[in-house]
Parts: sequence; C-alpha cells; structure tokens
Amino acid sequence: MTVLNALVRPGRTRTLAAFGLAAALLLLAPVVLSPFRLDLLAKFLCLAMVAVGIGLAWGRGGLLTLGQGVYFGLGAYLMAMHLKLADAGPGGVPDFMLLYGTGQVPGWWEPLRSPVSAILLILVVPAALAALLGWAVFTRRVRGAYFAILSQALAAAFAILLIGQQQTTGGTNGLNGFRAFFGYDLADPVNKQMLYLIAAGVLLVMVAVVRQLTVSRFGELLVAVRDQEDRVRFLGYDPAAVKVVAYVVAAVMAAVGGALFVPIVGIISPADVGVVPSIGFLIGVAIGGRATLLGPVLGSIAVSWAQTSISEQFPSGWIYFQGALFILVIAFLPGGLASVAGTLRRRPAVAGLSERSPA
Amino acid sequence: MSDLSPAAAQPETEIDLAAAEALLGTDTSRFRHDYLEIRGLRVEFDGFVAVRDVDLTVTQGDLRFLIGPNGAGKTTLIDAVTGLVRASGSVAFGRTELLGRSTHRIARAGVGRTFQTASVFDELTVLQNLDIAAGARRGPLTLLRRRPGTPEAVEHALETVGLTALRDVPAGVLAHGQKQWLEIGMLLVQDAHLLLLDEPVAGMTQAEREETGQLLRRIGSQRVVVVVEHDMEFLRSFADSVTVMHQGRVLAEGTVQEVQNDPAVVEVYLGAPAAASDGAAAGATAGAVTSEAATSEGELP
Ligand SMILES: Nc1ncnc2c1ncn2[C@@H]1O[C@H](COP(=O)(O)OP(=O)(O)OP(=O)(O)O)[C@@H](O)[C@H]1O
Ligand SMILES: [Mg+2]
Repeated sequence: MTVLNALVRPGRTRTLAAFGLAAALLLLAPVVLSPFRLDLLAKFLCLAMVAVGIGLAWGRGGLLTLGQGVYFGLGAYLMAMHLKLADAGPGGVPDFMLLYGTGQVPGWWEPLRSPVSAILLILVVPAALAALLGWAVFTRRVRGAYFAILSQALAAAFAILLIGQQQTTGGTNGLNGFRAFFGYDLADPVNKQMLYLIAAGVLLVMVAVVRQLTVSRFGELLVAVRDQEDRVRFLGYDPAAVKVVAYVVAAVMAAVGGALFVPIVGIISPADVGVVPSIGFLIGVAIGGRATLLGPVLGSIAVSWAQTSISEQFPSGWIYFQGALFILVIAFLPGGLASVAGTLRRRPAVAGLSERSPA
Repeated sequence: MSDLSPAAAQPETEIDLAAAEALLGTDTSRFRHDYLEIRGLRVEFDGFVAVRDVDLTVTQGDLRFLIGPNGAGKTTLIDAVTGLVRASGSVAFGRTELLGRSTHRIARAGVGRTFQTASVFDELTVLQNLDIAAGARRGPLTLLRRRPGTPEAVEHALETVGLTALRDVPAGVLAHGQKQWLEIGMLLVQDAHLLLLDEPVAGMTQAEREETGQLLRRIGSQRVVVVVEHDMEFLRSFADSVTVMHQGRVLAEGTVQEVQNDPAVVEVYLGAPAAASDGAAAGATAGAVTSEAATSEGELP
C-alpha cells in the first residue's frame, strides 16, 4: 500500500518513476512492434503532443481550447511545404503546383526552402499567432464558453481557408507524397524508426517542460488565475499575460506535433486540422484527466488507438463511440480516468477538495 | 482527516503583532506621508447613481471606518478606487492619480483590498496564496522556477496572521475567520500601502475580532487603512475616525463620538427624525441599534 501510495501521490518520486517507465516503454516499442504498428504509434505520439499542451492550457489554466487544430495544422503545413520544396530540388516546383497551379512557386512559400528557416518558422509562426490572438482575446476578458467558441470558429475558418487555396495548399487533398525528410529517404524503414524515436523523445521533453511549468511559481499562478482571475488582478498581476504564456506553449506543442505528423503519416489535409480533429484532441485529454501530468498523454494515445481499432472493424462506428465516451466522462468523471486513482485514495481524507473542477 | 480539519487546527492560530513589525517596519520611504484623497467621486450603473459627490481624505495613522446602511455605496466606493468599476472625479493616493488606471496597475501602485466574501485561492496552500501575493514584481525567470524556500516576508506574514502551522493546508479548508486573516496576510506581503478592507471581521468570534482589531490598529499606524464594517462594537473599540455613507453620499464624518451624536446619522439608522431626543441619548441609541439596522435592508431610492 505504501509503495502504491508513493506512486499515486504527486511528487518527485512518482513523477520520476512514471517518466522512467514511459521512456522504457517507448524505447521497447521498436523491438516488439511491427513497422506498421510502430508507424501508427508514432502518429499517436504526435497527436499526444497536442494533448500535452491542452493539458497545460485547459487543465491548469482553464482555457478550453477547442481550436488546437489551427496550430497543429500550421506546424504540419509549414513542414509539408518545406518537404515539398525539398523534394522538388533547388529552384524546383512542387508537383501539385504543376498540375493545379500556375507552375510557379508563390513568394510566401520561398522562406520554407531552407531547412533552418523552415524549422524556425514552424516554431515562430504558431507562437506569434497564439500570442497575438491570446493577447487580443484575454485582455478583453473573453473566457469560458466564449473563448471555446471563438477558438473553434478559428479552426473552422482555417480549414475553409485551406480548402479554398487549391493551387497553393493542395485544397481538399492537402499535401502528400513526400519522398524525404531533411535528406533521409522516407521509404526506408530505418528512417521511419528514427522518426518514431524523434517523436518519442520530443514528447518526453514536452512532458518534462509541462511538469516544470506546473511545479514552478508560474504553475501556481496559472491555477490562481484559473480559479479567481479577479483576485489575481488585485494582487498586481495581469492575468492576460499569464494566460497568453500557457496558450502560446500549448500552441507551439501542437505545431511541433503537426510538423512531425507530416513525415510520419505522409499526408496533411484540411480534414486533419478542422473542427472535428480539434475536438478529438480534447477528448483524449478529458478522458485521461486534464489536470494531471500524464493523463492527457495516456488518454490521447488510448483514444487514438481505440479509434484505429474500432474504425478497422466498423468504419463509421467510431464517431458515435467517441461522442458517447466524451459524454460519459464529462458527466461521470469530470477529472478523467486519472482522477479515479486519486478519488479512491483520497476518499477517507479530504473529500470534496479534489472535486472542485475548473471552469 | 484530522490533520487537515480546520476545527482541530483552530486553537493554534493567533495573531502575532510582533511579527507584523518586521513587515510594516521596513521601507516606508517610498510611501512616506501617504494619504488617500477622493474628490467628487461618482459611480453610475445604467442610470442608477450608486456613489455621488464623495469627498474623502484619509491619512496614514488614522484608522478610518466607513459605515452606512446596506446599499449605501461602500463596496462600490472601494470598487471605484481599485479600478473594478468605472468612475468619474478623482482618486489620488499620494501623488498618484488612480482613476483611469487598470486594476493591476492600481495594485502595483500600492493599493490592496479584501472582499466582502473572503476570496482566497482555495486549491492552493496557505503558503502558495501568500507567495503569489508577494510576487507581482517577480521576473519571468523567477516565475519559471520552483519556489526555492519560503520568502522572508511570507514567513513573517504567516506568523502575523497565525497560520504558520497551517502553511501547507489548502486555503479552501480554512475556517472562515482564518481565510480573512489569510487575506490580511496577503495584503501585508503584497506591500500594499493603502488597504481597503470590506467587512474584515464578519463571521468572526469575539476573540478573533479583538485580535483582528489590534492588528488593524497596528497596520493603520503605518499604512493608510479604510475599513468597511457594520459591527458597532468593533467600530467603537478600534476606529480613529468614521465616515458615514448613505444613498451614495457622505452623510457625516468625525470621531466615533461626533458621528454617533449627529442627528442626520441617527435619523438614517433609526429611520425617524432625531429631533426629539437629546444628544447623549441619541448617541447611545444609534450605537445600539445600528448593527441591526445596518444588516436589514437599507432604504434606497
Ligand atoms: N454592478 C452593479 N450594477 C448595478 N447596481 C449595482 C452594482 N453594484 C452595486 N450596485 C448598487 O449600488 C448600490 C450600492 O451598493 P454597494 O454594494 O456599494 O453597497 P454597500 O454599501 O457595500 O452595501 P452592503 O453593506 O450591503 O455591502 C446598491 O443599491 C447596489 O444595488
Ligand atoms: Mg458592501
């Protein structure tokens, strides 16, 4: 019981143990999984990166971000554009532009030709957009459901914008058919394995970053802003600044997930970035437990896995299953599955304390 | 359960005035000769004027009580000073004009407040609550690190408000009176030099009121303090001066004695002309009746 307690109680020991276990499992996967399954897992890890960011913004900061598809999509499209340009060779024109477009590379694609500036843009563009948007929205004290609706509308608008740009973004088809990733042949299984390891490493780093933010003074301040924004203001802080930081971190994590998704999955299209996938990101976080460190990751991977297996059997069954699951969790388990362990442990102690759910 | 129960922990908590010295004694240069000066303050809500033509001056060392029936505009006045509601006129703290500034900038100018209903961060511990209150001037690098230890000011505040033993308890489980003390502690570490307290002893036991009064008096000697309070017993024991508000206006101002003997005040609190009664009797009655009259619905336009 004491070992279990030590593992369940938040603290350095538990975190290190969980972190070590996760790292071991992730390293073991290439040995036991077929290349096909490993590829699938790599894709799940990319989606889990979005979930880690949502865990911070929503779980800690109370920001119900229903539009992370925008940042995921920005990262993904920027990476896809770079890969397309790289495939086309120096000065070359991506294949789809020759088919549907003018046969000319638009000026705004050019900065993505260089690998270095592509990576920089993948980080900077989503961060800048999130900072700008977050600042505009949070200083106007838009919050709760209004913020959720606004962020979702943004995702819808982004998908529509992409669909309308057939010549420059591939329209509904999106961008696909990448041959190489920074010079490494994507048809080679060894390189696919390397991509998996990169995704696993990046995910672990993100979890560590969120952990640090959570235990830092910033993390405490974020919870204070979530629960009593006005009170924080009277102490001399600007809550908007605190929220913007959480929102930007979540956006960058989503963007990096999107950027790695592209070479791993081989295609990015508006269907991956709109309203439905944006809600999908949230579901894993809700199921896993938004306010915990590993809940979002595990929930997200579990949901992705369930989606794949259920869709293999019943192609249209998933969407209903997902909806039902979401409702069940929100109605009966607002803290997610991670809260079950906590509730069981805490029941004899301070009941009610952990049940205060953020708005 | 027992280790977190507020009831079990209550006997340990006690105000410690000696510890307050350490917090209050330091650096008064920045705010020396502080005063709050309100001129022609007016607050309007959709045509309803909640505060009108209010002039008010409070200096350091003068523990000012602000009283008045329900709906008199006391809380609204504090809201106006702290930037929560839009107001016209002028509110100066020292040489700083506060009106028109955003709430967090007003707080940074040295203005702190508490709320009628204790508002602390329930999910955070007592220590975390105080640490956040102490940290508005921290830079990003400090914020991104874990708290290395307990800051000195926070330690003193814990002692001052008697919550040292409960430092790691979530603030949500504190007893009502302890929450209010925690709020006062937060004002102290926030380094507020103008403190606006909205009913700080509501719901406290007699002993707790006594201790709180002593602490407020101690704070008032080195800070500008305005206390909104309905409790006349408390007022008589600790107020240096009193301002009475009624229907958004200042009705009377002076010492406790002067205000109690003011016919207009007696009339407001008794709801009847005070002409018949002689001064001393009116004063006594006003004092006795005020606490009940004030907690019932006040007469409003
Ligand atoms: N946000 C608001 N919108 C409209 N009217 C308001 C608002 N806030 C306060 N009022 C009105 O302004 C008047 C003054 O309210 P205020 O809360 O300042 O009274 P108070 O003196 O603090 O009373 P109490 O002793 O009950 O706390 C009341 O009539 C109240 O209904
Ligand atoms: Mg009030």
